Amino acid sequence: MGGRRFQPITLAAVLFFLAAAVAPLFVPSWATLFALILAKSIVVLGIILLLQAGQVSFGHAMFFACGAYAAAFWGKYVGDGDILLYLLLGATSSTIFGLIVGLFVVRYREIFFGMLNLAFSMVLWSLLEKMFRYTNGADGIRVARPALLGMSFTPEIFQYVILYVSLLTAVAAFLGVQRYLDSPLGHMLRAIKSNETRLEYLGTSARRVLLIGYVFSAFLGGIGGALVAIIQQIATPEFGFWTKSGEFVFIAILGGGAHAFGAFAGAAVFEAVRFYAAAHLANAWQLILGVVLIVIILYAPGGLIGLRQRGKRAKQGAR
Amino acid sequence: MNSTLAILAVLDGISYAALVFLVSVGLSLIFGVLRVVNVAHGSFYAFGAYLAATFSLAVAPLSPWLTYPALLAASIVIGVVCGGLIERFLLRPVYGRDDVLQLLITFAVFMIMDNLQRLIWGVQPIFAAEPLKLLPNISVFGVTYTSYQVVLLPCVAVLTLIGLRYFLRHSLAGAVILAVTEDREAATAIGIDARRVYLVTFMIGASLAALGGALALPTTSLVPGMGADMIVLSFAVAATAGLGQIEGAAVTALMIGLARAFIIYIQPEFEVLVPYLIMVLVLLVRPFGLFGVTQLRKI
Repeated sequence: MGGRRFQPITLAAVLFFLAAAVAPLFVPSWATLFALILAKSIVVLGIILLLQAGQVSFGHAMFFACGAYAAAFWGKYVGDGDILLYLLLGATSSTIFGLIVGLFVVRYREIFFGMLNLAFSMVLWSLLEKMFRYTNGADGIRVARPALLGMSFTPEIFQYVILYVSLLTAVAAFLGVQRYLDSPLGHMLRAIKSNETRLEYLGTSARRVLLIGYVFSAFLGGIGGALVAIIQQIATPEFGFWTKSGEFVFIAILGGGAHAFGAFAGAAVFEAVRFYAAAHLANAWQLILGVVLIVIILYAPGGLIGLRQRGKRAKQGAR
Repeated sequence: MNSTLAILAVLDGISYAALVFLVSVGLSLIFGVLRVVNVAHGSFYAFGAYLAATFSLAVAPLSPWLTYPALLAASIVIGVVCGGLIERFLLRPVYGRDDVLQLLITFAVFMIMDNLQRLIWGVQPIFAAEPLKLLPNISVFGVTYTSYQVVLLPCVAVLTLIGLRYFLRHSLAGAVILAVTEDREAATAIGIDARRVYLVTFMIGASLAALGGALALPTTSLVPGMGADMIVLSFAVAATAGLGQIEGAAVTALMIGLARAFIIYIQPEFEVLVPYLIMVLVLLVRPFGLFGVTQLRKI
């Protein structure tokens, strides 16, 4: 970040969080939309973390599904839930799961890393889909509206409660990821992308550095999953399908993988396009998103947040 | 499990493996040459199947035997037109860029094609079993099965395997493709048009996926989501074999096909799990796949 200077991108982040807090007060239908954007951004933060190391996980939806099902299983087998309890369950289960999977996958890079992640996530998906007795199969498990610290709410109030919980969690995750990327560990994570061999010459274990990043990103995925399960009141195997993983990588590239704020910019555009396209062009929202993705990749590979920097460079006449 | 069921499982496995092989060998070929994991591969499979349905429903009233050329025509049309357009206009600009961007371009194509498929052919299941009904049933060790599935499909798969082998190892065009795969720069320097090689390879790979879909048409009903299921399955086969391994893909397809078929009769709920479990176990031990060549880490 270079000193304590206030960067424009930080300003954009602050404005975005303010908008997420205030705008839904005027347009009630935005409460759920923003909650969903924030929850998904938390997952995408995890993808961006791994992108810093140059690794793409095409199976990250497994942690998302893990968090969602942790909440759903509690509701199904134990009883009344609480938002904070669900978040805790989602975070713990996905962290443990991430540690186990991570121990295997951090030995590999690039395509092999992506492949192994995909393989693990498809195993989880088939289990969720086929262990009908425990998971209700493709129908998924309904997640009853949980309380917050013992207080229950009506649906109208609850959409705001979950919005502000998501907002606080997202802000914390954003700051946490920023802090992590600024720390020595974060710099070492980036070094895996630029020159892993040199990193090892420094006496550091690249695998351990990547493992820490991986577990952190799984942790974020689980929190996002628990939040989405609460917001949508359901957890289905679809949450862990490979298309979901692709969607998260899509959002990361759409927003821009170079900065943590990319997750929020990407998720906001993605969900807004989906929200409005599904309402007006119900048959074509996927097509529209596909075209948006192609345009971004071909003409703005830095993502949305890269656009501004490119404009600045062009003005200075550099390159 | 008695012997009849075992034979039935073997036959199921063989016919299924033949289809999966066609799709995954296309994926493997594209990766081997272009170094791109084509996420849209399952969409070519689905489009091949749907277009084959349209073609064969159109020609069936004239003569049911015309449905065979219709299947073949559909797969070539999809491979050349869809594959060609995608390679030329979407993939070509991103060669040499970040791997994730190449992957995501094909993911975007998958999203678009998945949506187009629903718009063009709707969401109702489509059946067209004419080619299957034309060929007689045969009896294998007392088990009656359609000869389309246990004779025709494996024959097509084996012919494809032999054809690809011959094409790549014993023809000039194949030698050119291998040269570009080995060292693109050197190949370009001696006058090989590497861009054309990429285009043609992608078309062949896409046609193979579409052929798999077209041949699957008589045996199954076409539903939305078939492409998304097929891409991960064919990827599991290609990755387990080792990406770029053509003969390996055949062996692995047979292995996974048989394992899946037996599991269906023993413990049906694990049917979907088997291919991915095999993939995880193999990749953990041999990340380059069963038949892949291990690359040494240069340190």
